[in-house]
Amino acid sequence: MSDTDKKHGMNRRQFLGNMLKTACGVGLVGMGLGIYSNRASSLPAHYLRPPGALPEEDFLGACIRCGLCVRDCPYDMLFLGEVGDDVATGTPYFVARTGPCEMCEDIPCIAACPTNALDHGLTDIEESRMGLAVVVDQETCIAFHGLRCEVCFNVCPIRGKAITLNMQHNVRSGKHALFIPVVHSEACTGCGLCERACILEEAAIKVFPTDLAKGELGKHYRLGWKEKEKAGKALVTPDVEHKYNLPEGVRYDLQGEGLIIEEKPEETPFSSNPLNSLNSGFLDSK
Amino acid sequence: MKLTRRDFIKSNAVAAAASVAGVTLPAIKSATAADGDDGIRWDKAACRYCGTGCSVLMGVKDGKVVASQGDPDAPVNKGLNCIKGYFLPKILYGQDRVTQPMLRKTNGKYDKNGKFEAVSWEEAFKIMAEKWVAARKAKGAKGVGMFGSGQWTVWEGYAAAKLMKAGFRSNSLDPNARHCMASAVGAFMRAFRIDEPMGCYDDLEHADDFVLWGANMAEMHPILWSRLTDTRLTKKGCKVHVLSTYEHRCYELADNPIIFEPQSDLAIANFIANYIIQNKAYNKDFIGKHVNFNKTTTDIGYGLRPSHPLQKAAKNPNKGKFNKIAFDEYAKLVSEYTVEKASKMSGVPKKNLIKLAKAYADPKRKVSSFWTMGMNQHTRGVWMNGLVYNIHLLMGKISEPGNSPFSLTGQPSACGTAREVGTFTHRLPADLVVKKDAHCKFAEKVWKLPAGTIPRHNGMSDKAAQSDISGKPMGKTLIHAVAMHRALKDRKMNCFWVMCNNNMQAAANMNEESLPGWRDPANFITVTDPYPTVSAQAADLVLPTSMWIEKEGAYGNAERRTQFWRQQVQGPGESRSDLWQLMEFAKYVKVEDVWPEDLIAKQPEYAGKTLYDVLYANGQVDKFPKQQVTDDRGNEYGNDEMDHFGYYVQKGLFEEYRLFNSVPGIPKKGHEMAEFEVYHKARGLRWPVINGKETLWRFREGYDPHVEKGSEVQFYGAKDKKANIIFGPYEPAAEMPDKEYNLWLCTGRVLEHWHSGSMTRRVPELYRAVPDAVVFMSKKDAKKRKLRNGSMAKIVSRRGEIVCRVDTKGRNKVPDGLVFVPWFDAGRLVNKLTLDATDPLSKETDYKKCAVKISKA
Repeated sequence: MSDTDKKHGMNRRQFLGNMLKTACGVGLVGMGLGIYSNRASSLPAHYLRPPGALPEEDFLGACIRCGLCVRDCPYDMLFLGEVGDDVATGTPYFVARTGPCEMCEDIPCIAACPTNALDHGLTDIEESRMGLAVVVDQETCIAFHGLRCEVCFNVCPIRGKAITLNMQHNVRSGKHALFIPVVHSEACTGCGLCERACILEEAAIKVFPTDLAKGELGKHYRLGWKEKEKAGKALVTPDVEHKYNLPEGVRYDLQGEGLIIEEKPEETPFSSNPLNSLNSGFLDSK
Repeated sequence: MKLTRRDFIKSNAVAAAASVAGVTLPAIKSATAADGDDGIRWDKAACRYCGTGCSVLMGVKDGKVVASQGDPDAPVNKGLNCIKGYFLPKILYGQDRVTQPMLRKTNGKYDKNGKFEAVSWEEAFKIMAEKWVAARKAKGAKGVGMFGSGQWTVWEGYAAAKLMKAGFRSNSLDPNARHCMASAVGAFMRAFRIDEPMGCYDDLEHADDFVLWGANMAEMHPILWSRLTDTRLTKKGCKVHVLSTYEHRCYELADNPIIFEPQSDLAIANFIANYIIQNKAYNKDFIGKHVNFNKTTTDIGYGLRPSHPLQKAAKNPNKGKFNKIAFDEYAKLVSEYTVEKASKMSGVPKKNLIKLAKAYADPKRKVSSFWTMGMNQHTRGVWMNGLVYNIHLLMGKISEPGNSPFSLTGQPSACGTAREVGTFTHRLPADLVVKKDAHCKFAEKVWKLPAGTIPRHNGMSDKAAQSDISGKPMGKTLIHAVAMHRALKDRKMNCFWVMCNNNMQAAANMNEESLPGWRDPANFITVTDPYPTVSAQAADLVLPTSMWIEKEGAYGNAERRTQFWRQQVQGPGESRSDLWQLMEFAKYVKVEDVWPEDLIAKQPEYAGKTLYDVLYANGQVDKFPKQQVTDDRGNEYGNDEMDHFGYYVQKGLFEEYRLFNSVPGIPKKGHEMAEFEVYHKARGLRWPVINGKETLWRFREGYDPHVEKGSEVQFYGAKDKKANIIFGPYEPAAEMPDKEYNLWLCTGRVLEHWHSGSMTRRVPELYRAVPDAVVFMSKKDAKKRKLRNGSMAKIVSRRGEIVCRVDTKGRNKVPDGLVFVPWFDAGRLVNKLTLDATDPLSKETDYKKCAVKISKA
């Protein structure tokens, strides 16, 4: 327990974890809650498994609690669950805020695993999925207020893919931009470097087990522009060429900016209305 | 406890789902947040770091800064900060603040090789004065030297200029702005005969095209970049062109990304001028009325020691002379720089070059160019700055909203202090120079000193040699920062005082040129700093300073905005502000110690007086009696200097400085400032301030009251009120990669750390975000050397070596053949590698180009 106390000052996460434990205690597994029961039978949200760990239930079956992965971690960020911890005794875990996975290219923890509890099929650390980073608190993340932080973006080892910055107009200040961090699950490994680096007292970006973190789009729905991008062309017959009734000097760009009113170059320095010249203040200036 | 399935999903999933979807849940109301702010006194200050000049509000309770916020009413930042600004309170409270003067001693006596021991201020200043007076007598005007700062407050710089130039009669004063802004200054003086940008930050909202010439604004001017980005996002047709020798964060926004071969920016800028002329796009009317054409002397060397082969090989070393030519001749000179040639030299595709040239050449598009160290830290930096002015002047795209060549500054008061109050070896307050006898005489009159006190550049006043305490004629007196280190090494200078910067970590070629002189027993080195920096470690005497808001201060940012703050808290222990140190030290030196008899005879009432009496207790600086500093909300503030010296020191110094720039009969108009009290009320004012009104765009009728009616534009810094287009060709860099040293090394900064990291590396969160400097290199270059991301690499130049981790994936994507290492890390001193080659005109070091080799460590 002392480890737990030392490592996490994260009440909300503990709360989540405890809830899951309680849920487990009242026998939700038996109620067949699917995804949640899996979580509940497993480890709390703030404990993350090393890279390549099998799905929790399989992992618990395969892990022989030998501790070799912990021994071979060059960064000493892996721990073994102790009696009384919220994680199965003898199984390896890490806590992102205090000791994230440094993403060694040769993945020594997997190499050390004698049982394939850490999947030896995983050879590219960037393919690992230890969890998913989520910007959980947009109220305190200072980027959402327009401050130039971007520390999570800058420390992310899958640079420019797992976290990108979405640039937006800052309506409040009127003349600055917001640089909003957005996590992409197709690239995020859940290493936790962002959570550790978050400069807030309680991190606003946190790594959660993927199943807790991820939403799911309705199975029927596709994002049209993404499908088109994937296909490299329109999925249906391309549009016909459109023609428009337009006054002179005006164009219409259907796919682009829409109506374009071209500025007429000044042919003479005179206004078309003679009154403008007559009343231009000629006499006043003398 | 019984949980239903619904309850369970609700309590857990809601929290998780809300966080994923970005929905904000009402926070549990914390009692502490609101109550804790009771009794906090809020007051404004200018941010401690860069030249952007964000305003912040600092919250003080029980004598300690406990809170901070961006100033919501500040026009520059509207309540925003960058990540460094977010942590401002913490820079005051690093656990290793120096709180007592420390002197190297053995057995109770000063010893160059002794260990640092705490001493009293009196002991510190006594030994210092003894050394300084001896060195000044023995070695003449260059025997002593001071290296100041663009992070000094306005009055600190002003007090230092007085102490050195008038008190010690030495022009051996230079600021760290020499490493930073000197090339920009050189080009301003050559093109416009008056310093600092004509535009202001409002250009960021008015331009159609932004061109970044060697500026990583995204990291180094974070809040300005935020404004530029917003304009790019919200203004139809707005385009961003980014030029650099490697890909940095600004390229995330670039419409026209350009990576050029180091030094070939000279060719690109000349190509654009050529393109404008070939296409007859230039503004005939404007150049006819407002521009002179010139060409500069070429083959000018690399600012190295005269004995260096490169200096010997140069035909016209250090020559800055330029001569008037006709437009046709100028056109012919640039005609060599065709798009083919520029593309070949720079490695930039023609289409990108033409896209850039078109933006400048289109009379309908407003173009703002921004640059910082990429262009200033350049062995042809003055030329290069000028080449960009050439483009803007050819098109008449200058001095109006959105059309703006804009030299950004790196430091909070590079403009306000380093440049404006005369802390450069060749300058006096308000653009006056020691080269002009009349300017010196004017300064002497303002300062109530005998004529001939201030050493002229050549030691001649009224065509006669100035006498000196050394008994020898004064001789030549100018000595810039890089030359100071050389003079220390050569024992021509014996005393050196470094204030408010970390030159042992900054100055290039540390092993060969900096450290030997500092550690030579013949020399006595004083460092004033809040923290035990690399410079402090290499010094003999370390003086603890009260920094930033531990004193009343003023900074001037890159858009000519002067901002004041009151003293918010007291410095720790026996620390005293730089201002206090400069003035108090002056009490330890008598006029007779440093002035010859004939000079004292001109003003016999000064006989027997201290430099303090003569310079500061002169009836002007001490004019404003001691008072309680308050704001209009009734809060009271301390002022340690006022308490100690017995008068309102800051006000006295500022009002005396205004005699140089804001009263009738001054030699150079255009730097007018408002009265002292006004600045304590305003969120900064952009000079010239005339009749209470600020100036947004200079030299343009209507915007600038110095411009005569009916003239549209007047570059009134020059007698003929015209600006200079000055042709300068491409000339190669000082040190280029060869077979052995086969990589370019470029150095610079990162968003999270300020300069040498002496403040930001003491903020745990910033240290955690970016702990150590890494070498950014391409994957291909790494692989060739059996390195990969994360491996330790040894970087070696002809001057030294360092070891650091390889980064092939990070924020800077460098091309093959070039590596980038930031300089914030005291544990990896990249200035062991860099070459002390400078622009021969500005004397500013080129930190962006030298040759290194890399192997596995």
